[in-house]
Amino acid sequence: MSETKRLQRLMAIAWRESRTARRRLLLYMSSISLGVSALVAIDSFTDNVSRSVREQSRALLGGDVSLSARDRYSAKATTLLDSLATAGVGVTHVTTFASMGLVPRSGLTRLVQVRAVSARYPFYGEITTEPAGAWARLQSGRHAIVDPSLLVSLDAQLGDTLMLGTARFVILATLRSVPGDLGVSAAIGPRIYIPDAYLGETGLLVFGSRAEYETLLKMPPSLSPARFAGRFNVRFSTDTPRVRLRTVAENEFNLTQSIDQLGDFLGIVGLVALLLGGIGVASGVHAFVMRKIDTVAVLRCLGATSGQVLFIYVLQALAMGLVGALAGAVLGVGFQFALPWALKDFLPVDVNVTLAPMAIGLGLGIGVWVALIFSLRPLLSLRRISPLQTLRRESDADVMRRAQRDSAAMVVSFAIVASVLVIALTRAGTVERAISYAAAIAGAIGLLWIAAVLLSRAAKQFTRPAWPFVLRQGVANLYRPGNQTRAVILSLGFGVFLMSTLYQVQRNLLNQLDLKLEQSRANVVFFDVQEDQAQAVDSLIRAAGHRVVQEAPIVPMRIAAINGRSVSQIMADADNAAKAARARGERLTGARRGPSSWALRREFRSTFRGEQMPSEKLVSGKWFAANDRTPQISLERELASELHVALGDTITWNVQGVRIPTVVTSTREVTWARFEPNFFVVFSPGTIEKAPKQYAILAHVPTSAAIAALQRSVVLRYPNVSSLDLSLIQRTISNVIGKVTSAIRFMAIVSLAFGIPVLFSAVAATRRERLREGVLLKTLGATRRQVGRIMLAEYALLGALGSLTGVVLSVGGAWLLMKFVFETSFTPAIAPVLLVGAAMTALAIAIGLATGREVFRQTPMAALREA
Amino acid sequence: MLSATGLTKEYQSGAHRLTVLRDVTFAVEQGEFLAIVGPSGSGKTTLLGLLAGLDTPSRGSVHLDGTDITAMDEDDRARLRGAKVGFVFQSFQLIPTLTAIENVQVPLELRGEANASDRAADVLRRVGLGDRLHHFPTQLSGGEQQRVAIARAFSNRPRILFADEPTGNLDSDTGTRIVELLESLNRESGSTVVLVTHDLALARRARRVIRLSDGVVVSDMSANGDGVAQAPQTSDLGAA
Repeated sequence: MSETKRLQRLMAIAWRESRTARRRLLLYMSSISLGVSALVAIDSFTDNVSRSVREQSRALLGGDVSLSARDRYSAKATTLLDSLATAGVGVTHVTTFASMGLVPRSGLTRLVQVRAVSARYPFYGEITTEPAGAWARLQSGRHAIVDPSLLVSLDAQLGDTLMLGTARFVILATLRSVPGDLGVSAAIGPRIYIPDAYLGETGLLVFGSRAEYETLLKMPPSLSPARFAGRFNVRFSTDTPRVRLRTVAENEFNLTQSIDQLGDFLGIVGLVALLLGGIGVASGVHAFVMRKIDTVAVLRCLGATSGQVLFIYVLQALAMGLVGALAGAVLGVGFQFALPWALKDFLPVDVNVTLAPMAIGLGLGIGVWVALIFSLRPLLSLRRISPLQTLRRESDADVMRRAQRDSAAMVVSFAIVASVLVIALTRAGTVERAISYAAAIAGAIGLLWIAAVLLSRAAKQFTRPAWPFVLRQGVANLYRPGNQTRAVILSLGFGVFLMSTLYQVQRNLLNQLDLKLEQSRANVVFFDVQEDQAQAVDSLIRAAGHRVVQEAPIVPMRIAAINGRSVSQIMADADNAAKAARARGERLTGARRGPSSWALRREFRSTFRGEQMPSEKLVSGKWFAANDRTPQISLERELASELHVALGDTITWNVQGVRIPTVVTSTREVTWARFEPNFFVVFSPGTIEKAPKQYAILAHVPTSAAIAALQRSVVLRYPNVSSLDLSLIQRTISNVIGKVTSAIRFMAIVSLAFGIPVLFSAVAATRRERLREGVLLKTLGATRRQVGRIMLAEYALLGALGSLTGVVLSVGGAWLLMKFVFETSFTPAIAPVLLVGAAMTALAIAIGLATGREVFRQTPMAALREA
Repeated sequence: MLSATGLTKEYQSGAHRLTVLRDVTFAVEQGEFLAIVGPSGSGKTTLLGLLAGLDTPSRGSVHLDGTDITAMDEDDRARLRGAKVGFVFQSFQLIPTLTAIENVQVPLELRGEANASDRAADVLRRVGLGDRLHHFPTQLSGGEQQRVAIARAFSNRPRILFADEPTGNLDSDTGTRIVELLESLNRESGSTVVLVTHDLALARRARRVIRLSDGVVVSDMSANGDGVAQAPQTSDLGAA
C-alpha cells in the first residue's frame, strides 16, 4: 500500500468523520472571514487606486510637467518659458486665487476659488461639464464654468451673469468632474473656471493678493519629462520666487505613496481583525477538540497513531479554514466595491474597480495560515488523548490539562508570534515598523487580556454566599475551569474599544472647533483690503451700525539674514553639514540639522501692533514696551524653533526690497483655530508702518441677513475685497468633518462586526459543559426559567464587563491620542459610549442565549444517555 | 500468544501510593477464550488496559505475539493494535458521526487496506446487520450497536480481541446473543478472546476464568477443571 493511498484513506476518514461537525467548525472558522475580507478589500482597493493613478497619471497632473509658484514668475523664468514654447514645448497656465463671486440678479455673494486658465488647458484628461462639451467653448468669450454648489448658494442659473471683481462672466455650464481634484475641495470653496485672457479685467490680483501660479508643459516626443526635470529643476527651484517642478512620475509617486500609507494604516485594522479571528478560531477549535475526546480515544484503540489522528483533524480544520477564508475573500471583494463609494470625496481619481488577484491570493493565504496556526494549538492536544479513555472516562478538563504540557505546543506558540511578525512585515515594509506594529497590536490585546484575567480573579474573590443562587452560579461561570471569559472580553472589549476611541476623538475635535469659533469676537472678516480702501471699508461697516473688532495691517516680506548671515549662506552651510554627515554615515537630527529651509524661504505676511491679542500667549521674553523704539519682533514659538533663533538674536527682513533689521524679544503660542487673523511674526509699532500693506478687517454683525447685505455693499464698491462669514466656515468645517465622520463610522461598524463571530465561537466553545451542567441542574429540580436566569446572569456580566473594559481602555486611548497626536485637552464623552456598551451587552446576551437554546430544549434523560 | 509477567500498576494519590494491580503473571494461548472476573475495583479494567497496550505498567511486562509491548512507544503500540488487536466495549464506543459500515471500515482504512467497504459489509452481514449498513449509531438498538462494535473488532481479523463488559449495557437475552456471537467468531477465526466481566454466568461460558481480587489473581481455572488457585478465594468474589 503506497503512502498516497494511505493518505487518501485518511482523508476519506477525515471527510466522513467531519460530517456533523462541519457546520460547527465552519462557524469557528468564520471568525477569520471578516479579517480576511478586510485585508482583501483594503489591498484590492489600494491596488485599484494605485493602478487608476498610474493609468490616469498624466490626466491627474494635466501635463507632462507642472511648474508652480506662490508669486508671479520672475522675468528670468518667464523668458525661459517663452523660449521653451518656441522650441516646441506646449505651455498653458492656470492662476488660482480666492475671491468674492456676486450674482447681480439675486444679489448674493460668496467666497469662491477662481481658476483662470489659458487655451489648451489641460493637456491631458478631460474636464467634463453639464451640459456636456461646454469646456471647449470656455475660451470663446467672457464665460465661466462653475461648481453646481455655487448655483445653489448664489441662487443662480445657467446663463446668469457672475461678477468677479470688476469683470462680468456668463455662467456657461457646471462642472461634473475635474481630474485630480478631490471631491471635498468643492466643499472648501466652489470652483469657478474663467479664461485667463479676462483675468486682468477683474482687477482682483493687486498688491499682496495671494494666488497660486501654475504652468503645465507638454513635452515634444524628443524630450522626456525626466530629462527636462534634470536639466531645468535647479534653475527653477533656486529662482525667486521659487518655482516647484513636478513630473508625471513624481506626482504619481506622491499620490500612490499616500494611498499606500492609507492602505497600511487600514491594513493594521485588518490585521488586528484577523488576529482576533485567530483567537476566535483557537477558542472554537478548543471546544471542538473537547467534543472529539471520545472519538479520538476510540480511533487510538483501533490503531490510529497520534500522527494519523492529528492529520485527520488538521485536515478538517484546514478545509474549513479555507472555506472561511474564501467566504472572507468574497465578502472582501464586495467591500472593495463599497470603499470607493465611501471614500469618494477623498480620492483624486475615478477608481476602476477590478479584481486584484494578488490581494485576493494574499488575503486567502494569510487567512488560511492564521486559521491553521491558531487551530493547531488546541488540535495538538488530540495527540495526547489516551486510548484508555474508552475504558475509564476522565473529565474533559483533566484530559486537556495533561495534554497541554507539550513541547510541540511551545513550538506552535512560537510560530504564532513569528507569523504575526511576518504578517506585520507584509504590511509595514520595514522590520522596525513591523516590530512596532506587532508590539502595538500585542499591547492592545495584552491589555485586554490582563483586564480579563483580573476580572475573572475578581469574580472569584468577591462572590459572596449571601448572593442569590442564580447570580452566584452565573458569576462562578466566569472563573470555572475552561471558562471563556478571556475570549469574550477580548472580542467584545476590542470592538467597543475601537469604536469608542474613534467616537471620543472625533467628538473632542469637533467640540474644540466649536468652542474656539464661539469664543471669537468677530463673525465676518474682510481681507485683501488695500491701504487706500481701509478707511472707506471701515466707515461702511460702521455706517451700517456694526462694530469693527480689529483692523490688522498685513505686510508681505521674506527673511534676508539671521544674525548677520544671509539665508543663502545659512542654507549652503546646512547643506554642507548634511553632506559631511552622510559621508560619515550619520543622519543629522534636531538642532544639528540647521534651520528648516521651509521657514527660511517662505513669504511671511506679518503685522505690527502694540498690544497682544486674546488668541496668543507669551511663552518667553517680554512684550514690546510702549516707549522702546528699537525694532523688535515677537515670533510664534514653533517658527522660532524651526529657524533656530532665541531671544536676543537678530533677523533682517527684506520688505519689498528694503532691509529691516530686528531683534527677537519674545515668543508666543498662537491658537490658530480662532476666527481671527493670526501671525507668525508681529513687529513692534514704528518699524514697518511705512511699508506697502493691505488690511484684514474683522467685524461683528448680528444676523446672517445683515452679513449678506454688508458683503454685497462692500463687494459692489471694492470688488477686490473678499469676505468670509463665520457661519460659512462652520458649515464648511462640519461639511468636511461630516464626510470624514461617515468614512470613520463605516470603519468603526466594520471593526465592531469583526468581534461578532469571535464572540459566537467563544460562547459556543463552552456549550458542552453548559449543556451537561444545565441538564444536571434540571435533573436536580431546576426549572427552565432558573437555568435561563443563570445564563442571563453570566452573559450580562460578561457583556457588561467586556464593554466596560473596552470603554475604559478607549478613554485612555483617546486621551493619549488627544494629548500626543492632536496636542490638546480631552474631555471624555461618557454617556454615548456607555450606550454603545449597553448595546454590546445586549448583543452578548442575545448570542449567549441563542447558542445556549439547546440547554432549554434538552430533556435530562437525553443528556444523561449521551453522557 | 499473550503473556503478562509481574504486572504491577500503582497510582500516586497525594501522599498515598495506591496499588491497583500487584504482580500479575499468566499466559494465554492462541485461540483461547478467557474471562477475567472480579468485583468492582478489583483491577479488571486496569489489567485489560495493560494487556491491550492502552496503558503502561509501573512494573512488569506484557508480551503480545512475542513482542514486548511495554517497551514500545505509544505510536508503535497503536500500530500493533491496528494490526493485531480488536476491542469491544461496554458502552459500544461507536463513532457517532459515522454510519455502521463506516465505523467498521475505520481500522481497515487506518491500516490502508484495499476493499475496506466490501470487507466491512461482509463482516456486518456475518453479525446479522446486512440491512443496517448505512444507519448511524443513534438509529440502532443497543444490541445492534454492540454487534457493529464486534464487527469492527473482527474486521481486521485480529489475533486477539479484548472485550470489556460487552453485555453490561444490554438485557440478558441480547447479552446472550452477543456472547454467542463472540464465541462463534472465536471458533471461526481462531482469534484469542479476552473478556472482562463481573457477570459470572457470562464468565462460565469461557473455557478459562481468571479471578481477580484487590489487584491480585486469586484463581486461574480451565473449563475442564485443571488450574491453580493462586491465593485463597475471597468472600466478596461470591457477591460479584
